[in-house]
Amino acid sequence: MAVYTMKRITVGMISLFVLVTVTFFLTRMMPGSPFEDGNVSASVTEAMEEEYGLRDSPVKQYRTYMTNLLKGRLGVSYKQQGVTVESIIGNAAPVTASLGAAAVITAAVAGTGLGVWRAVSKKKTVRILLSGGTLLGAGIPNFVAALLLLLVFGVTLKWFPVTGLFTPAHYVLPVLSLSFYPTAVVAEMIYNTFAEEMKKEYVVLARAKGMGFWQIAVFHVLKNAWIPVLNYLGPLSAFLLTGSFAVESIFNIPGLGREFVSSVMNRDYTLIMGLTIFMGSVVIGVNLFTDLLCAWLDPRVRNSYLEKRWGD
Amino acid sequence: MKKKKNPCLLYGAALLLLWIAAALLVPELSPYTYTGINADIRNQGSSCLHLFGTDKFGRDIFVRVWYAARISLLVGVTGAGINAAFGLLYGSISGYVGGKADFLLMRIADILASIPSLLYVILITLVMGAGVESIIAGICVAGWVDMARIVRGEIIREKGKAYIRAAQMEGIRPLRILFVHLLPNVAGPILVNLTFLVPQAVFTEAFLSFLGVGIAPPSASLGVLIQEAKSQIQLYPYQMLYPMCILCLLILALRLFGRGLENVYGEKTER
Repeated sequence: MAVYTMKRITVGMISLFVLVTVTFFLTRMMPGSPFEDGNVSASVTEAMEEEYGLRDSPVKQYRTYMTNLLKGRLGVSYKQQGVTVESIIGNAAPVTASLGAAAVITAAVAGTGLGVWRAVSKKKTVRILLSGGTLLGAGIPNFVAALLLLLVFGVTLKWFPVTGLFTPAHYVLPVLSLSFYPTAVVAEMIYNTFAEEMKKEYVVLARAKGMGFWQIAVFHVLKNAWIPVLNYLGPLSAFLLTGSFAVESIFNIPGLGREFVSSVMNRDYTLIMGLTIFMGSVVIGVNLFTDLLCAWLDPRVRNSYLEKRWGD
Repeated sequence: MKKKKNPCLLYGAALLLLWIAAALLVPELSPYTYTGINADIRNQGSSCLHLFGTDKFGRDIFVRVWYAARISLLVGVTGAGINAAFGLLYGSISGYVGGKADFLLMRIADILASIPSLLYVILITLVMGAGVESIIAGICVAGWVDMARIVRGEIIREKGKAYIRAAQMEGIRPLRILFVHLLPNVAGPILVNLTFLVPQAVFTEAFLSFLGVGIAPPSASLGVLIQEAKSQIQLYPYQMLYPMCILCLLILALRLFGRGLENVYGEKTER
């Protein structure tokens, strides 16, 4: 386990380094200056660039950025005067995190429920409906889901508020639109593994010992069926963060996604960089955490990772 | 051999073909063009003349939607094609060569895959400017990793078998073994994964265009159409619903087809 943990952490650290470096140089390669504003003369732009250190050599800028990053400083926003990127992230991250957490819980509960239902149901229509439902849920892009929910429940029926994030009612539509896809994925995973696990011998043994069906399903089978779902948490965190770009813009929620979209529109380079690095780090962190968790829960995972590679 | 019914494959393929046919034919056959402005018929609902109605400039939405569909299709097919080709090559080399090279190549793939690819894609479209090329470039940065992993796994499973050993002993060159002997035998999972790559690319394009960093107006993609219609959501929701339906229809058809293929090859491996 220790060797596995070390290896996994090393890969995570390298990923972080690659993320920061690639983000930095891609942002530097973007055309145009952040201070070009139409009304500003070339000399002012130059002075501004000098002030922000944009005229130094890329390597020197990179070194400065990395040193600051290690101290936890992401720089000052180019467009919002005197506001640091850290403070923007500090304000926006909890909003996105609360949305994401709600979506994860919804997806986990609804996905497990639907997956198990589809696996145990004896009615063919139910199975077909649920199978079609998962296909549909995975097929509708998140921004389309958000716009549809906005149109039906916000504009036409007026059941839920559609802008901002002030009361629990404000959470309903954004969380729903974010959780469609993950619910479908979780349901499909649970359905597949659940059906497979139910055929195994330990289930027969538990049955022979006189355990009830639901007792076996909940305490034995689901425990195993949940491992692939845990593995999915990494990609899920990436999905929720990037999904928040569209959903937060549509519902006008002051989270990371909306900040990112507006920073892209404004060409606010430090903010783009800061947000990209922050979101990338979160995803790398979640991936690392879930991998370690799965390896801890399931020895087969870490053994397969450590086993000698096939080769002559 | 009894032929098993596979409704997913059948309906998926039918829907897909219909969709592609419409995307190719409608803009050619229709009397309207996707840029043709007519101020007299702004924001009209569906009618016999304009099946999906007209937008705020009086442009025919039916033609615009299917014209946009071509761009989605182009991005989907090209993006998925490049990813598949590169993933195939990468995974085959990694799996076939094995040893240290395999370890190194797979760690590189791990690193690329652990960073959300949409972030890269957005940065790349910002660097290269909005357009089809930059979106495809963005899609191809990390889109091939899954394919590479699947190909590698399949090749490792297959390469120890007797027929490959025999081919190696006959002195056939590694590249020939790979392409002529190995890959045809692992085509199933590769094809299934390809059907996942296409909707992913289509989604990425629509998503970026919707956010305003993908394809820029006046050229139209389904994401652009949805984005443009969003401002009129309260007055003319149909302008948004049509492109959405067409987009979802494409993704659904592809997924249905993919699930059908999965059923076909799943049975094969079980036997």
